[in-house]
Amino acid sequence: MAALAAILAAFASLTLWSAQPAGAADRPDPVAEAAAFRNYFVKKFPEVKLEEFVNGPYALNGDMRRQWQEIDQFSPYEFSLEKGKELFATPFANGKTYADCFPNRGVGIRQNYPYFDASEGKVVTLELALNRCRVANGERPLSHVGDAMAALTAHMAFTSRGKPFDIKIPDDPRALEAFENGKRYFYTRRGQLNFSCATCHVQYPGEHMRAEVLAPALGILNAMPIYRSEWGGMGTISRRFTTCNSQIRSLPLEPQSEEYRDLEYYLSYLSNGLPISGPGARP
Amino acid sequence: MASSIRVRAIANGETTDVQTLIQHPMDSGFVKNDKGEFIPAHFIQELTFEHDGKKVFVADWGTAVSKDPYVKFSFKGGNKGDDLKVSWIDNKGESDITTVKIQ
Amino acid sequence: MTIPFNGLPVTRRLILSGAGSVAIAGLGIISFRPVAALAAANDKYPDDAFRQKDGNEAIKLLYGRSAEPSDRIKLDAPEIAENGAVVPISVSTTLADVTTVSFVVPENPNPLAAYYRIPPGTMPNVANRLKMAKTSNIIVIVEAGGKLYSATREVKVTIGGCGG
Repeated sequence: MAALAAILAAFASLTLWSAQPAGAADRPDPVAEAAAFRNYFVKKFPEVKLEEFVNGPYALNGDMRRQWQEIDQFSPYEFSLEKGKELFATPFANGKTYADCFPNRGVGIRQNYPYFDASEGKVVTLELALNRCRVANGERPLSHVGDAMAALTAHMAFTSRGKPFDIKIPDDPRALEAFENGKRYFYTRRGQLNFSCATCHVQYPGEHMRAEVLAPALGILNAMPIYRSEWGGMGTISRRFTTCNSQIRSLPLEPQSEEYRDLEYYLSYLSNGLPISGPGARP
Repeated sequence: MASSIRVRAIANGETTDVQTLIQHPMDSGFVKNDKGEFIPAHFIQELTFEHDGKKVFVADWGTAVSKDPYVKFSFKGGNKGDDLKVSWIDNKGESDITTVKIQ
Repeated sequence: MTIPFNGLPVTRRLILSGAGSVAIAGLGIISFRPVAALAAANDKYPDDAFRQKDGNEAIKLLYGRSAEPSDRIKLDAPEIAENGAVVPISVSTTLADVTTVSFVVPENPNPLAAYYRIPPGTMPNVANRLKMAKTSNIIVIVEAGGKLYSATREVKVTIGGCGG
């Protein structure tokens, strides 16, 4: 019972809905939200340095961490990374390249994604931006769950390694709504297993779920895309969101659907200040 | 880089430390594809490292070596700038070879 | 795990310890596996040993004799493999005159996983990544000074690494 009370108290401190004074109830406060989110994890894992959260289960389990460090000396994700660099540099049929679509030629910008596009009123993720670049230049879009998109985002993440997440929520009610929408998705239970994202990644990080050690939600996207031993290859955020839904026996949404993009926006914002560590490796 | 072989060979005092990572499926023959058919075994059987005309390390591998295989070893001698030749042959008779300079 | 193997004729001991050029023709007393045992003593890929379904048989084919446990071998492997498909395992030893190092995973469909030849001048340390089908011992066998030594460690595997 003490544990349950602690969890409920933690949730209460996280969800500021209950704590807000009347009148402010309609106004989300992402800054306070992010601070509360961070404090929850820092208190839960006092021995873990803040920037270490980006390493997921490896920040919380010594045996796994050693295996990861061994493999990271010379990781099989090197091949995907090389492929990504090559793909990024390969011109489209019309002669233009990805670099022409992105600020700073696409170098060292991954930490700014997703962003809220005011002209369209929607969240734009890196994956979406890459495919838009392709379509704008007469190319077919890539599958969001395929190897090529994984390789491209791996390359872009690599050029941003060490840079802190810098997600902006403009003073625009639609941006705030997207943030809230992501938060709603994160805390809503779904699927036959009736889990929300928070069930595993807020309530039980560091614990085992069958053979997996659950990653904390803080910093959870910093290592993306990830080379998973389970996949034997590199996979995107879209791939992870869809497979995660399947694993809790919930129907996955279409990659890059509004909920997923808002979810990515929410989670990335909460990890502002933590370094990009991608591409990463996971079990 | 067309080669499947990635090598990091570093002269470290009296020894040269070598790490290699090779892009290869290392299919064991025990895994089925989506259609339920066994994916045939396809794995590197022999991996050879040569320095100064002689073999400094030979790996004989079976199907239990992980995909995109890795191995690390050290040998005495080897100076910065020396060539290190790495070659492999798999059970299908496919092969690859590369020569790198010790750093 | 030890395989009793007494009363070896002298010539056979010579072959097994790597004095590879000894001719075996006409020796008569050599029976069942001279060619395979030679595989360990020469450069041939030990195909038969790799195909063995039983760990003991694989070791017998490869070396023709048993290994004795040694505390001079340091075998590093995780307690619980994060994924059976990629288990980082390494070995180092203070034994002298090491000529070969091999890894055997008895619970794998083919227990012999890898066999490394260590020419003179190469250090007796190897790190590699192996697949494990399920929880199993990892046995490392070090051939040093013509004798065979081993170390063993159990690695728990929850997600099997052989697919399916």
